[in-house]
Amino acid sequence: MRSIQILKERKRQIYHKGEEAFKIECGKKSLAGSVSQRACVFCGSRVVLYPIADALHLIHGPIGCASYTWDIRGALSSGPQLHRMSFSTDLQENDIIFGGEKKLYQALVKLIDLYHPNAAFVYATCIIGIIGDDIDSVCRRVSEEKGIPVLPVHSEGFKGTKKDGYKAACEALAQLVGTGSIENRGKYSLNIMGEFNIAGEAWTIKKYYEKMGLEVAAIFTGDGRVDKIKKSHGAKLNVVQCSGSMMRLAQIMEEKYGIPYIRVSYFGIEDMSKALYDVADFFKDNLQIMKQTRELVREEIKAISPEIKKYKKILSGKRAAIYVGGAFKAFSMIKALRTLGMEVVLAGSQTGNEEDYKLLRDMCEDGTVIVDDANPLELSKYCLEKKVDLFVGGVKERPMAYKLGIGFCDHNHERKISLAGYSGMINFAKEVYSSVSSPVWQFAPGRRGGYIKDESP
Amino acid sequence: MSALSMNGNKKLKEIIMLLRHTPKEIKERKSLTVNPAKTCQPIGAMYAALGIHGCMPHSHGSQGCYAYHRSTLTRHYKEPVMAASSSFTEGASVFGGQSNLLQAINNIFTIYEPDIIAVHTTCLSETIGDDIPQILGKARADNKIPEGKFVIHANTPSYVGTHVTGFANMTKAMVDYFAISNGHKEPKINIIPGWVEPSDMHEIKRIAAELEAPIVMFPDTENILNGPQTGKYEMFPKGGVTIDELVSAGSSQGTIALGGLASGSSARALDSKCKVPCEILDLPIGIKATDRFVDTLRKMAGVNVPDTITTERGQLIDIVTDMQAYLYHKKVALVGDPDQLISLTEFLVSIDMMPIHILTGTKDKNFEKRIEKITADVPHEVNIASGKDMMLYHQWVKNDPVDLLMGNTYVKYIARDEDIPFIRFGFPILDRIGHSYFPIVCYRGGMRILEKILEALMDRIDRDSTEIAFDLVM
Repeated sequence: MRSIQILKERKRQIYHKGEEAFKIECGKKSLAGSVSQRACVFCGSRVVLYPIADALHLIHGPIGCASYTWDIRGALSSGPQLHRMSFSTDLQENDIIFGGEKKLYQALVKLIDLYHPNAAFVYATCIIGIIGDDIDSVCRRVSEEKGIPVLPVHSEGFKGTKKDGYKAACEALAQLVGTGSIENRGKYSLNIMGEFNIAGEAWTIKKYYEKMGLEVAAIFTGDGRVDKIKKSHGAKLNVVQCSGSMMRLAQIMEEKYGIPYIRVSYFGIEDMSKALYDVADFFKDNLQIMKQTRELVREEIKAISPEIKKYKKILSGKRAAIYVGGAFKAFSMIKALRTLGMEVVLAGSQTGNEEDYKLLRDMCEDGTVIVDDANPLELSKYCLEKKVDLFVGGVKERPMAYKLGIGFCDHNHERKISLAGYSGMINFAKEVYSSVSSPVWQFAPGRRGGYIKDESP
Repeated sequence: MSALSMNGNKKLKEIIMLLRHTPKEIKERKSLTVNPAKTCQPIGAMYAALGIHGCMPHSHGSQGCYAYHRSTLTRHYKEPVMAASSSFTEGASVFGGQSNLLQAINNIFTIYEPDIIAVHTTCLSETIGDDIPQILGKARADNKIPEGKFVIHANTPSYVGTHVTGFANMTKAMVDYFAISNGHKEPKINIIPGWVEPSDMHEIKRIAAELEAPIVMFPDTENILNGPQTGKYEMFPKGGVTIDELVSAGSSQGTIALGGLASGSSARALDSKCKVPCEILDLPIGIKATDRFVDTLRKMAGVNVPDTITTERGQLIDIVTDMQAYLYHKKVALVGDPDQLISLTEFLVSIDMMPIHILTGTKDKNFEKRIEKITADVPHEVNIASGKDMMLYHQWVKNDPVDLLMGNTYVKYIARDEDIPFIRFGFPILDRIGHSYFPIVCYRGGMRILEKILEALMDRIDRDSTEIAFDLVM
């Protein structure tokens, strides 16, 4: 096999710990022509808002953007399922020439009459930014006529990265926040942010907070409801998970309503416990909350420890690669893999910033490779070089890992099991174990005795 | 689902109920598509381009487009899907995408070393008016395209046509860029297989080999999107039509295009460019359409049909004979792409089933005419539409229920909602395997379709029969 080269311009986006002084470039636009694993602004907005289940999500543009995002994220709703439909203005050539505003208006009116949603989000796709449809005024008009919030989401694909899409989504959400009544909101209440209820994870987290004696005002946006979002400014604290997606909203709510926020992660025993203690600490005027938190953490850890130990024994010394969307996720992942006795030898993200990567460097052992916005060739090169046993990533990385004969764990939209919280840690351990020790690898040509053979060029 | 049980089984029932959002009453909807039965052109162009050996498909647009196409194809095939993007920024969309494409071509050839780059456009680059041939001309003039390497292109704006026409456009680009007549006719036949699976392409090649008819097939995604586990990550797997083969297609003695919509334009282009005569046939799905294909190939190549093929045909007919009682007048609702549905409808009618709702998301006048003709003698009212969505399909099913649904993965909502047996057929199939390995074309593919139909119908009989009537031998 030919040695895999790294594009000259890409070299500064890759860092080898222990071999060079720390310097990594990030937050860059992907190079034209590189096979990046990144997506667009629209994708960012769509995944963040999608879980709001009683809202209408109308995609204004040609059909593709609606087709590819039709119910692709397993964000569960305990009630309405309207978010799992696909609505599009399906713009045709004539609309591109003469504008799509009229079509948008008609589509909105028709859908609102049919489904009576509690709010509507209108997503602008690439083309809208070019043909100049004034979606703001259409939304305003329909909102007045129908008496529900109709919110434009400025998510034209080319106007930045997925992160800018998160920002656009947060700005749309900010228009909803503060429009509901906050009477009767208790002193000990919080909003869960950046938790999308994939495989029911938000339900797990919510239960923890309730056991601690706290009230969850709203979840952004897992199992989300318009009404709760409207009233969410009554909460006393915003607890933000996931580095990129909800920070903008937390900042807006801090400025506008004086609600402080803290950043947490619900993944892995260490970070999960830290999250609960940090929240309890915020409400420290109520000693009962901290007491209940301690009890909760103790009980949960006690319940899972024996099983975790079992897995650790088997997984100890195995090597893992992680490649995630936001870098924040990577931190928790490294700790969780360590809990299982595993070593992270390759870590990367699509959208991390310099601070993230510094933290990653500090957490990792010498020899670890850290990459920003990697392509599959680079990922596969380092997997082979570092003799990886497990790859943790998303939909585009799975088949690559499998082709190499490496175990895989989906930590993205397509995971089917809850990985959050203490129960999630057991699920994670099980999934890692079942993939790493799958008997299929005995047939994999690339591996010998459980490890990948040297593929030196 | 463990996640749901966590929230209590009580709620489970309610959740299932709430998946239902299709009103029974059908109202005209002009400005709105609900639950599309199509997607945009570029993904079709990407799929076709993957059928060229050593090819890097390139999406000239913003990053989201190709990320979605790669994800969808990956979900459908469970395989890595390679493609690059011009990664449009705000600047590119104001000043044009020329510099992005030039830089992309340079980067791709430098680092990934494909034999060829196949560029397709998107709604964005089309609307800002990028002139791809002009940009490629500049790339050539600036020596950005190494010796012996190629860049081709197809225009695939997302607001025109659908994924099917995108596939057709990229396939035609292969002809436009490469096919050259060498002045005399070589003893081989071009087969343009249409948008079918790698397994179907394999089956068509197998039939040709059985007939000892030399062929060139393009595009050909076998061994690219159904490759083995090798322990290596290969950007450019071993399958695909080569550039030499594409050049030689201009000197073949004839072309067989399978599926008018996906392959017709390429076949006609070969005819007018290189004077290679063509026959445009339906996709060989079912007995009659396969008969036409085999017969055309036999005549064009001047070969005989061997006993092996006749036996396969006989086996297919034998299954239909044996199981006719279970097939008789069973009502079927079909949704999918025009070429597939024309042949499938003909097959179902020929085995005495009743396709009564037939809908495609791709606008195609010819489709409606053909289906009308094929279903003319079906003793039941038949709904036919092109350029419509799955909501209408669902509404038809609600108003006139059927025994069987056939369509892509998204039909599973309707199947669950209406409690009707469902067979996955078409693109995309995101929740089952098999389509990349087992064909649905030709006689053996017909047997597979029959197996699936009978299994679905008979499982339902077993499920619904009382204990008293529960039957061992069927």
